[in-house]
Amino acid sequence: MIQAEYYNIFVKIIDQLAVLDFLPPVWKFILASVIAALVFFHVIAIFALVAIWVERKVAGHIQDRLGPMETGWHGVLQTLADAIKLLIKEDIIAGGIDRRLFVLAPVIVFMTALAVFVVFPVGENFIVSDLNIGILYIVAISTLVVPGIIMAGWSSNNKWSLFGAMRSAAQIVSYEVPVGLAIVCAVMAAGSLSMQTIVESQAGGFWNWFIFSKFPFGFIAFFIYFVASLAEINRTPFDLPEAESEIVAGYMTEYSGMRWSFFFLAEYGNMLAVGAIATTLFLGGWQTPISLLSFIPGPVWFTAKTMFLVFVHIWLRWTLPRLRVDQLMYMCWKVLTPFAFVSIFGIGLWMTF
Amino acid sequence: MQSVNQYFLNIYIAIKSVLIGMSITFRHLFTKSVTVQYPRERLPIPGTSRNLLLNKIEDCIGCDQCVRVCPVNCITMDTIKVFPEDDLGLASDGSKKRLWLPRFDIDMAKCCYCGLCTYPCPTECLIMTDEYEYATYERNDLVFKFTDLDPIQIAELKEKDHIRSMEKEKKKLETAKQAAAKPGKNGGKSGEGT
Amino acid sequence: MPEIKTDDVYIELGKHPKAGFATDDMILQMGPQHPSTHGVLRIECVTDGEIIKKATCHIGYLHRCFEKHAENVMWQGVIPFTDRMDYLASMGQNFSYVITVEKLMGIEVPERAEYMRVITAELQRIASHLMAYGTYGMDIGAFTPFLWAFREREYVLDLFEKLCGARLLYNYMWIGGVSHDVYDGFAEECMSFLDTFERVVFEEFNPILTYNKIFIERTANVGILSPELAIDYGITGPCLRGSGVDWDLRRDDPYSIYDRFDFEVITGKGEMGTVGDCWDRFMVRVLEMIESVKIIRQALQQMPEGPIMNEKIKKVIRVPAGRVYGRTEAPRGELGYYLISDGKGRGPNRLKARSPCFSNLSVLEEISRGCMLADLIAIIGSLDIVLGCVDR
Repeated sequence: MIQAEYYNIFVKIIDQLAVLDFLPPVWKFILASVIAALVFFHVIAIFALVAIWVERKVAGHIQDRLGPMETGWHGVLQTLADAIKLLIKEDIIAGGIDRRLFVLAPVIVFMTALAVFVVFPVGENFIVSDLNIGILYIVAISTLVVPGIIMAGWSSNNKWSLFGAMRSAAQIVSYEVPVGLAIVCAVMAAGSLSMQTIVESQAGGFWNWFIFSKFPFGFIAFFIYFVASLAEINRTPFDLPEAESEIVAGYMTEYSGMRWSFFFLAEYGNMLAVGAIATTLFLGGWQTPISLLSFIPGPVWFTAKTMFLVFVHIWLRWTLPRLRVDQLMYMCWKVLTPFAFVSIFGIGLWMTF
Repeated sequence: MQSVNQYFLNIYIAIKSVLIGMSITFRHLFTKSVTVQYPRERLPIPGTSRNLLLNKIEDCIGCDQCVRVCPVNCITMDTIKVFPEDDLGLASDGSKKRLWLPRFDIDMAKCCYCGLCTYPCPTECLIMTDEYEYATYERNDLVFKFTDLDPIQIAELKEKDHIRSMEKEKKKLETAKQAAAKPGKNGGKSGEGT
Repeated sequence: MPEIKTDDVYIELGKHPKAGFATDDMILQMGPQHPSTHGVLRIECVTDGEIIKKATCHIGYLHRCFEKHAENVMWQGVIPFTDRMDYLASMGQNFSYVITVEKLMGIEVPERAEYMRVITAELQRIASHLMAYGTYGMDIGAFTPFLWAFREREYVLDLFEKLCGARLLYNYMWIGGVSHDVYDGFAEECMSFLDTFERVVFEEFNPILTYNKIFIERTANVGILSPELAIDYGITGPCLRGSGVDWDLRRDDPYSIYDRFDFEVITGKGEMGTVGDCWDRFMVRVLEMIESVKIIRQALQQMPEGPIMNEKIKKVIRVPAGRVYGRTEAPRGELGYYLISDGKGRGPNRLKARSPCFSNLSVLEEISRGCMLADLIAIIGSLDIVLGCVDR
């Protein structure tokens, strides 16, 4: 399955270290994978720390408040303090719950959030594993979050949790369809399922990015992907599974301390992931917008574009109210899906002629 | 056909209203926030503010009006009538003080800050100050004691008062006996209590 | 203990799994600790998935024996308790109580005090409706309007604090007048607040929430309260007017000096859906704030000089024997007090409060039948209840 190991920057580094020559290649590969996993775990953790702070600051300023101000400069260390608090909190497991599922659920949810990071082309040579079916892998893995959430909701033995889990499952499964169709648009335009190839086919200025080059179909596909991915990761205006004013905290109601923070980490990991996917598919990945700026390395561009999309997520969250379940489904099946088909058809015609 | 138009109109309105909302929130990102960072910055407290109660005990004549009007009974007052030999002087508005005040407690945990007690006070000695930071670890610490007498004085006064009331009682008994001796007048004024 | 087999239970219920797919209604206890029941309301929902079959309100978690308390305090001592009835609209509660007592005593209130009462009551209406606006946004899921509404409400509370020393529980209107005269610069501060407030409503509050498509979808055609049903249940205030019934005590049974002001009574028109839906009730509140602004402007211009307390009022108030019912248009509807005095006591012999929230909440079961769980939240929010007022 691992087609082009040259792209794997971690394998490359391990290969070049003379100290590790005594290891057989398989062990080297495993070592590289472990290091990659650790690196991405920390990327998510650090990103979550920063993103939560940014979210709170943005929320504060939008609401004419200041947000956290006490710990460190403008409260930068607030999330760290919160994280430490969460880690040392008592691990509450209520009575009458299915203990095994309850413990396993946050692990599964977080694991899926972590696993998709394997195929993101951060830079020209910076990718853990350039699978030739990278985008399919992402779609497949990110769906695995549904069992995790249902386990969390069911095992909590709480009606609010169950409501949240049911809503979440219905929502994620439904929105897989527009997400998949929007991805198909990009895949058709690039002619490949490999993430790196998709990025490479958008080279040479921002007018070659799929969002602009196949206008308006690329733009529609991007828009559909963005909206549907918001629903996939349960962010406002599609945050029904954890709608605070309706079902308390949804499937996270019974969780506290570290287990809860795993859900939280997964949420922010997912935000980063969908931002990265949208960047890769439609915004040219690590490519520079104009060749004049090509001295700035690819990973910087990739991060900047992703962060911009994450900012838009945050911005939307503090602007919009929440949809109702039936309206959510209406939007998925009657608005996003037809338009996704239209854009597939359009891009198909474009590629033919 | 109309429903088709409605479908596209709905999408248009939805996108438009979302964009309007986003533009408003984006503008607010850069407006000045209204937060006051409390322990370091403080808003000025207006003169009329109703916070911690303060009794200037040297002016208090023990008239009991505040106790009666308080809707939550947070003021407790004990009074002892002055003895002929005492002179407590005058309150600042010139009225004569006729009562010792061995106890004037205000339980700020009960207080509802209505300010009704300050209004009938004849010497204006009971006032609401602008002090609002008096959190304590013990609930008992919220009972503010205003008496200016020390415990020994209070004990002496109570002893004296007790003796006086005993004498009074004795006198009353005697008069009652005398009254009982005379037929017709039974009981007299009883039940005044101490 | 005898062992109970699951099969036996199913057979007993007539729902053996082998006989078909066993389904049952789910009973959901919403509250008393729930983020959007506006206090400590418990709603027992019989649900079929997300659909509410029946929602029964259980109240009394905030019962503080207000009416019994009132029998044991002096006439003026009741006023702080009325503050705590509807803690978001204390001025309106004060107002209703004092005009009831004054009606029984048959005393006049100085002109200036009347104007002060109207100004503060209308400012309080703005503050209360702002709270309703903000929390309703939060019920629907928008967090930002909530804090913007609070920002504006703070200005009103600042005015009140400077005026009478308290921000929430004022005890401002006393029997025979008001407790404090205006301070220097009150009129200017008030006017400048009203000017910015009007702008904020039209430029920020309406575009971000009222006319947001998602918000309209969530509230229009939800929880429709027909005019007949509203009158049957004794609904008053913005909820009644939201159903299109043109009834406002300020205009139809003028108390105090309301007949001197020129204002409109806002009614729901079914602009986005049906008359009497949640959006109409919400919009009535938003527009009523603008009408309050008009009233305050007129009152500030007309305000005469003079005393603020009736001279005849002694420190110990004596009220003649009798029974009286006085009512005002509080922000949440008709607030009435029924008083019995025997002419001897220091306080009322019996006091009964007719709170608008209680009547308004009673219709919940009727209009929430068959709606979704999320709609139930929207309906509770649009009724704008305060549990202190419901439970007393």
